[in-house]
Amino acid sequence: MKWHRIQALLIRHLYLYRRSFPRIMDIVYWPVMELLVWGFLSLYIEKMNAGFNAITVLLGAVIFWDFLNQSQKSVSIAFLEEIWEKNLINIFVTPLRLSEFFVSTLLVGLVRLILVGIILAVLSFVMYHFNLFSLGFALIPFVLNLFLFGWALGLFANAIILRFGTSAQILAWGFLVMVQPFSAVFYPVSALPSFLQPIAYLLPSTYVFEGMRSVFMTGTFSTAHLFGALIANAVYLVVMIWFFFRMFAYVKKEGKLLKLEG
Amino acid sequence: MKYTKAVTSTIEVKDLVKSFGNVQAVQGLSFCVEEGTITGLLGPNGAGKTTTIQMLLDLITPTSGTIHIFGKEYQSDREAILSKLNFSSPYVSLPGNLTVHENLLTFGRLYGVTDLKGKIEELVDFFEIRDFVKKLTYNLSTGQLTRLNLTKALLNDPKLLLLDEPTASLDPDIADRTRLLLKRIQKERNVTILYTSHNMEEVEEICDKVIFIQQGRFKDEGTPADLVKKYGHEDLNDVFLHIARHT
Repeated sequence: MKWHRIQALLIRHLYLYRRSFPRIMDIVYWPVMELLVWGFLSLYIEKMNAGFNAITVLLGAVIFWDFLNQSQKSVSIAFLEEIWEKNLINIFVTPLRLSEFFVSTLLVGLVRLILVGIILAVLSFVMYHFNLFSLGFALIPFVLNLFLFGWALGLFANAIILRFGTSAQILAWGFLVMVQPFSAVFYPVSALPSFLQPIAYLLPSTYVFEGMRSVFMTGTFSTAHLFGALIANAVYLVVMIWFFFRMFAYVKKEGKLLKLEG
Repeated sequence: MKYTKAVTSTIEVKDLVKSFGNVQAVQGLSFCVEEGTITGLLGPNGAGKTTTIQMLLDLITPTSGTIHIFGKEYQSDREAILSKLNFSSPYVSLPGNLTVHENLLTFGRLYGVTDLKGKIEELVDFFEIRDFVKKLTYNLSTGQLTRLNLTKALLNDPKLLLLDEPTASLDPDIADRTRLLLKRIQKERNVTILYTSHNMEEVEEICDKVIFIQQGRFKDEGTPADLVKKYGHEDLNDVFLHIARHT
């Protein structure tokens, strides 16, 4: 793997953010709007004495969900950007390797995640006195796991786009929504019907949200949740990377790389 | 008809086959491209030129047969081959939402060009693109885009250039300037160029040698003058029509 090639694609995407107001809005607008809606809802629930710290639990969940969302979206957008700009052929006739392409999308995602993280942490503290960093050390492995899971889901969406063409790009936007009800984002797994609970535990995100609630509500950091997330993520990453390589080999065999841009 | 094996081949294609389901786009194609020459790859629509070019660029996996570029194969030496090769086509655009300079920086980094700023400066002068180097690529005219594509194609000092209809959709003046530039590149940098075009007049002017393919098979090869003489026609355009219609 060569750093100069990873850096080339990373900077190529950063050039776009530097001058594109819609792209900056994409990082700022949605997460902030979501934070405001859930923040006010949490205040309202707290006033009704629901018996739990709604601001902590719900805002924590919203911010964590945005981390996952940003991670998945950035991988898909970085890939779709090359298709929209008809640039896939240009980059794949350079010595660039697929693995380098993956790492560059990972880094683009990391940059977005850091930006969103800072904006949401500051805003939630100023408006709702919610301190995201009260999670302490647990924050890092939890966020890292969400980041990796988002990346794996982004790779899956990209592989589907490769296989079925740009008409499948709706997946890039809609796929994560399918995962949300089973990830126990705003409620514990026990709130799900019993037949859905095993499905929920197949998702790394479920362990993260359960673990996050455990820290916020009881102050205990569950290593079982952390390891659950890590193991599930390792499986997802291996499968999704393999799947993407397979789909890339398929489009090369079928001569569909150029058609993908048409 | 059998192809001639070149003494110093930059490209050597042997028994190349590409099938898409029941359709055989390329059927046992063999040819050589000699080092330091401009070679035209010609054939009617559907002859298999684009598929062949894409296999030469490792964008399509051949069904069978071998491709050697600089004596190497993609399976074992992809990076080594692609670092000394470049490609330009008016049908493949550079990102329009980057400026010309940003595009050149991006591709220069992808190729790992040392002294990238110096290289860009040199090529900006060579292709006379300084006037629009800060412009967004979206806003370039077709002629300016062609020059940008060629600038990008020379960033890594390639030993082999694959040019897919580089003068398509250019007006006669810009097309003529582009041909002059290509001749200059080939002469000054000793680059091997594989060139596709439907403009036979242009091919006659620029190519040292042409290879005709038809229905995915090798048909004939030679210098434009030799082929015109061999087929007893006035020019290469008539030779093209002869080969395309008498198969």
